[in-house]
Amino acid sequence: MYFAGVDIGSITAKAVVLDNDTILSTSLARTGHDSRNAGRMVLEEALGEAGISEEDLAKVIATGYGRLNVDFTDEKVTEITCHARGAHFSLPDVRTVIDLGGQDSKGIAIGDNGKVIDFVMNDKCAAGTGRFLEVMAAALQVDLGDLGSISRESKDPAPISSVCTVFAESEVISRVAEGVLKTDIIAGIHKAIASRIFAMISRIPVNEKIVMTGGVARNSGVVDALEERFKTRIIVPGMPQHMGSLGAAIIARERSNET
Amino acid sequence: MGEEEKELHKKILATDAMKQLMATYYMEAKAAEGDDKKPVCWITSGAPVEFLVAMDIIPVYPENHGALCGAARMAVDLAEIAEGAGFSRDLCSYARLDIGSAMSRGGPIGGLPRPDFLLCCNNICGTVVKWYEELAVYFNVPMFLIDTPFVHESSRRYAIDYVAAQFRELIEFLEEFTAGSYDAERFREVALLSKEGIGLWSDILRLSENRPSPITCFDAFIHMAPIVTLRGTARVIDYYRALKAEIEQRVEKGISAVPEERYRLLWDNIPIWYELRNLGHLFAEQGACLVADTYTTAWAVEIEVDDPVNSMARAYSSIYLNISIDLMFKKVKALIERYSVDGVVMHSNRSCKPYSLGQYDIARMILSETGKPVLVIEADMTDSRVFSSSQVHDRILAFIETLHS
Ligand code: SF4
Repeated sequence: MYFAGVDIGSITAKAVVLDNDTILSTSLARTGHDSRNAGRMVLEEALGEAGISEEDLAKVIATGYGRLNVDFTDEKVTEITCHARGAHFSLPDVRTVIDLGGQDSKGIAIGDNGKVIDFVMNDKCAAGTGRFLEVMAAALQVDLGDLGSISRESKDPAPISSVCTVFAESEVISRVAEGVLKTDIIAGIHKAIASRIFAMISRIPVNEKIVMTGGVARNSGVVDALEERFKTRIIVPGMPQHMGSLGAAIIARERSNET
Repeated sequence: MGEEEKELHKKILATDAMKQLMATYYMEAKAAEGDDKKPVCWITSGAPVEFLVAMDIIPVYPENHGALCGAARMAVDLAEIAEGAGFSRDLCSYARLDIGSAMSRGGPIGGLPRPDFLLCCNNICGTVVKWYEELAVYFNVPMFLIDTPFVHESSRRYAIDYVAAQFRELIEFLEEFTAGSYDAERFREVALLSKEGIGLWSDILRLSENRPSPITCFDAFIHMAPIVTLRGTARVIDYYRALKAEIEQRVEKGISAVPEERYRLLWDNIPIWYELRNLGHLFAEQGACLVADTYTTAWAVEIEVDDPVNSMARAYSSIYLNISIDLMFKKVKALIERYSVDGVVMHSNRSCKPYSLGQYDIARMILSETGKPVLVIEADMTDSRVFSSSQVHDRILAFIETLHS
């Protein structure tokens, strides 16, 4: 039987198609202004890659901010539950999920069965999110995808005291004007994000087995800074951005077995 | 939902009577403005109103008015007037909107009647002291301050004596101000009425122990207005008798507050007034009933009629916002047990520091000692500019998913 999960986030939309326990295909696209269409597009792309059609799906579940207005399913689950389930499926012994997505950051504590025990989310603040890094990359005129490798070259990270996107941007610009190396500024930004995320995640029970998901997990500089802060290794799964859609697909499978 | 079912969860009939009662109260208070024989006093929500009632002074509550403005979604415009005059956005939004309303006579009832004097009790917070000082200057009227020492472990005798002494000073102040005399017998009568009203209100709240619960805390937030504003009068008693009878009937007939009660939750902090309806619907749709809260129970102070001054000194000193986190947790734990709740929803209220500071500690204590999960949502009781509806709704849905095991 086939199942699908679609995760429509603020920056990207993702889909996963499952054949029982096996991931058949995945897809990803920018959400843009039309989240409903983005959801449909990624679903169709993943279906096409799997070589099946929508009618073959036993169940589809949508998650993410755009989940409320999709037309291909009535079943919606919040991204907290989906991320936990996706992470648990990929790495069963993980108990803490740090998800840094496009517009929010969250921490999830999961139990033995992949169930959510507790969670925290940031509030009205872009610090540590994909959006924050986009703004910083633009201010420094570097590619978003290069931030991680650039920061790894730093020997002396510059202190960035503000984690507010607006203030940090002007702080970064004045550091540039002072002649501080870009590598050091970027490493400083990653450190600032890590402290902020550490403080937030510390509100929930944190276990040594930490997995990081969401688009920001692809930035190795942030991962390094978080490892330093948490004093433990942080696992980044092969498809960090697909944990939510994978979780949604797994819940679709579970629910269809229930009925 | 079918028509029949809708009928079952129909609104509380006494609501109209309550609206009438409150309209009359505000009309009378406004009519008293400028009438020398009917002094108007602006009073903080945790102050001993019984002294005023016993001397025929009309008490007016800026905080209740703040809730009204918040529910009418008029708070932000009023707050902006105060902000324009230089008051910080970090100041409690009740204070900001009250000052804005005083300056502009704006809001759903065209502002409060001008006060003849102010009665401020710092048992709820330190903000009220500065806020009322501002009002005293603005209106050029006297302000009487009652200082209630913070309760760390238990109320100390000397602290109670200290507060009781201030109550006696208050009596002298009131006699001088009204050129009338204080009648201890009349005060006892008022204390008795207050006690009876509080008793009825507590009984009503306790009816939520029933499963399914006949009311939610959203109902309690609306029906608490009389116990706050008209405590110590006979009208309150009539009203709560009728409300109690109606809710008891709901219990008998098995009428539940939410269509299918699957989860019972506890609410912490002041309501998000402008979102009351939306949140009520959201929880109800998920089969979650907020059966109790830490807020409306704050008006359940214990008064002994034989020794009203001292017992009130004790009661008013040890209200929820004037006690340590450990004592707060004890109260929360008692509510969790009494109402058999499955989880706790905490509103981290940007305005109210004494209520919100320590919530994360209490949350940790709840989780470790009762095993009940806690959700913290960030908002402000009346300043909707700091509220992000999609984030909060998302979080609530995620929390309810975690309860569903
Ligand atoms: S700070 Fe809190 S207790 Fe004080 S007036 Fe504002 S809402 Fe009331």
